[in-house]
Amino acid sequence: MPAPIRLRELIRTIRTARTQAEEREMIQKECAAIRSSFREEDNTYRCRNVAKLLYMHMLGYPAHFGQLECLKLIASQKFTDKRIGYLGAMLLLDERQDVHLLMTNCIKNDLNHSTQYVQGLALCTLGCMGSSEMCRDLAGEVEKLLKTSNSYLRKKAALCAVHVIRKVPELMEMFLPATKNLLSEKNHGVLHTSVVLLTEMCERSPDMLAHFRKLVPQLVRILKNLIMSGYSPEHDVSGISDPFLQVRILRLLRILGKSDDDSSEAMNDILAQVATNTETSKNVGNAILYETVLTIMDIKSESGLRVLAINILGRFLLNNDKNIRYVALTSLLKTVQTDHNAVQRHRSTIVDCLKDLDVSIKRRAMELSFALVNGNNIRGMMKELLYFLDSCDPEFKADCASGVFLAAEKYAPSKRWHIDTIMRVLTTAGSYVRDDSVPNLIQLITNSVEMHAYTVQRLYKALLDDISQQPLVQVASWCIGEYGDLLVSGQCEEEEPIQVTEDEVLDVLEGLLVSNLSTPVTRGYSLTAIMKLSTRFSSVNRIKKVVSIYGSSIDVELQQRAVEYNALFKKYDHMRPALLERMPIMEKTSSNGPTEIVQTNGETEPSIVEPKHPPPVTQPANQVRALLIALGLSLLNIVCMYGLFLINHESLSTIPPMIAYNKNGLKIDFTFERANPNPNIAVITIHASNSTDADMTEFVFQAAVPKTFQLQLLSPSSNVVPALNQGTVTQVIRVLNPQKQQLRMRIKLTYTLKGSPVQDLSEVNNFPPQSWQ
Amino acid sequence: MIRFLLLFSRQGKLRLQKWFTAYTDREKKKVIRDMIMLVLARQPRSCNFIQWRDLKIVYKRYASLYFCAGLEASDNELLSLEVLHRYVELLDRYFGNVCELDIIFNFEKAYFILDEFLMGGEVLETSKTAVAASMQETDTLQETMEEYMSKPAY
Repeated sequence: MPAPIRLRELIRTIRTARTQAEEREMIQKECAAIRSSFREEDNTYRCRNVAKLLYMHMLGYPAHFGQLECLKLIASQKFTDKRIGYLGAMLLLDERQDVHLLMTNCIKNDLNHSTQYVQGLALCTLGCMGSSEMCRDLAGEVEKLLKTSNSYLRKKAALCAVHVIRKVPELMEMFLPATKNLLSEKNHGVLHTSVVLLTEMCERSPDMLAHFRKLVPQLVRILKNLIMSGYSPEHDVSGISDPFLQVRILRLLRILGKSDDDSSEAMNDILAQVATNTETSKNVGNAILYETVLTIMDIKSESGLRVLAINILGRFLLNNDKNIRYVALTSLLKTVQTDHNAVQRHRSTIVDCLKDLDVSIKRRAMELSFALVNGNNIRGMMKELLYFLDSCDPEFKADCASGVFLAAEKYAPSKRWHIDTIMRVLTTAGSYVRDDSVPNLIQLITNSVEMHAYTVQRLYKALLDDISQQPLVQVASWCIGEYGDLLVSGQCEEEEPIQVTEDEVLDVLEGLLVSNLSTPVTRGYSLTAIMKLSTRFSSVNRIKKVVSIYGSSIDVELQQRAVEYNALFKKYDHMRPALLERMPIMEKTSSNGPTEIVQTNGETEPSIVEPKHPPPVTQPANQVRALLIALGLSLLNIVCMYGLFLINHESLSTIPPMIAYNKNGLKIDFTFERANPNPNIAVITIHASNSTDADMTEFVFQAAVPKTFQLQLLSPSSNVVPALNQGTVTQVIRVLNPQKQQLRMRIKLTYTLKGSPVQDLSEVNNFPPQSWQ
Repeated sequence: MIRFLLLFSRQGKLRLQKWFTAYTDREKKKVIRDMIMLVLARQPRSCNFIQWRDLKIVYKRYASLYFCAGLEASDNELLSLEVLHRYVELLDRYFGNVCELDIIFNFEKAYFILDEFLMGGEVLETSKTAVAASMQETDTLQETMEEYMSKPAY
């Protein structure tokens, strides 16, 4: 068999391919040749073949048949073989592969090899992708190498130890003795990796943190030497000596000085020195300054130093370099909670950043601007933010609109200003507003009793201009339905009342019904609004006609409503006034969140409604609800009548909470409420808490119930469970249990802890009897 | 730590991929696709940082190649720009006026250099001369072996 072609030859050949198909053909041919060569157990050319395979793997072609060959290369005595073998292992043999563990013995032998470069290869491979089992097996070898005097090996062993600790945190203790004199090294490589190792240990264990606090003076000294020392060609970057090491030391100091007065005091001087003396003309100097600022803000620094730090950030904001502006905005966002007043001083610069051309900067500036809004600056800030909303890219509009609504709710100086602001958002960014804003706005408008006439007038005028923005149209239709009488009687006090007749109003609403721009939801709103006007306007006949036409609409939703309204006209006309009277003031209780996704046994569908607590229950409202149910009107019609779905929640304090799951630091508690209109529905709120020392990210809670039940899972409060019980993730489950059977549930939890994904299944059988009886 | 380092051309062809966390093959492909899409869509004079999921993405363009790194929230973005720059300098020193073709035809050398500079997502050696010296000695080790065996390398 002829010698397999060389690697560079292959690369050259493949690059001549003019089409994807041609390339695929060449690759297939070569793979076949490689496979047969592997079968022949050819030692000479194995290295060459694996190298070619790795190239083809990078192009995206499968290369799994080379995995065992990599193992053979690693076991070879030739350095060339080992080099390619370990490279192949790092690319093809990650810990998810079955044969991954077969490497362990080879690595162990190579860790004790006579040539330091072979040892280096083994350390590198272990330190980049060793699995937990492998780390457990080989931690002892790594620890041994951590104590060697050979700086080439020592630095690699240090980072390898970092990886071992990340994979198997329990092994941290065994590396403690070896760290004794790591910082007395002169070699920068060893120093840097040692600082990284110490940082990792301190971040993971409060005991280690306490233990290493005594190193603060030594770290300060090393940093000082770096700054004061003359030019060192080996480590110089644009006039600064070893910025990588400087930044890592600053980061370690930050961790050591946090919540510790003595350590913070010991580092005050050096921090001030770095902050004032670092050259800021190049990126590298600013990188060091950035880290210094983060450290100053996190430790217990004296106020002078903190002011210095914020001023540095302020200077960053004015820098020409976009990266620096971005970094400044990000840091200010972190510090705005703790040093609010200091950050406020830079408000105008931050607001100017809203006009920056760069997308990343605009986003940060927007987030920071919302964080800076308070009662004093609300008018000015809102002007800027609304201007931003007008002119920004669509990707920002939804978040900006939500932010404006939140800020307006918290700090509105007057009701009129509030409604004007909302109007402005709806008219400029109406199509990007989140779906749940519509019910929230409706509630707000209902509760601003004295502004009803003004509001309906402005909304009507907005409708005349533009009917394409659905949230605006929906809110407007609802208002006109409720307050149409105020509109035609021209009662507005706030501004010049407009002259409009009943027919004109009905024209507009009917226009919405027929327009192509209206969504089915909007059509529902307008039909209901027209219906409500039958008790407020005198042209009842026209309304009757419209309603009867839609009794044969193709849209099932509209048809149902029209048919039921028709029934109101015909059989229950005496009840009509009571049913369609004005909405009472609603109490605002639940928070505004994104549109809830309703999960019913695995299927998802967006829900239009949000459950809210009821208004102070008045007699007419109760009667009316009973009537509606008696009339057999659909649930959705109750929705549109009231604008919101009303569920009477009564917290039954008699149902005790229970622990549903408690394993590996993750605890899930269940608390119960019962939904009153339907005693078969149990509302369960889960509270997930995390007692480990790292956050659980990408946390997903799923539940399944036996066939006789129905389950609805609403969206969780967040998908990060903070470490050390610092917070909980909550999520609401609704369980329908018409047959009153014993409640059982199977739950599945997935989350990521310290970079590794965790999954667990569990049964919950200990539900208290009151929850399902 | 750096979670991953990718090098790709202006046409979206991958030239180097280094993963410092364990992702499945499917996840890796998705990350690569997303990064290429995100970075190539950026305007010429924009900021070099992008927020993507829970990671900070730092990218820098050198001639026809994009260097793209995924960082964790606690990492210093400005410093990672220096890390990318240092890697380019190391490549330049080794290949002598490096260009994309060098990295295409000698991809394994690019990996070896990277392995002397970064490990487990952290900077291993801060001195340029030390990295260059290691590369020289290991290359000699290779040659010596090959000369001894009197067979071509690969």
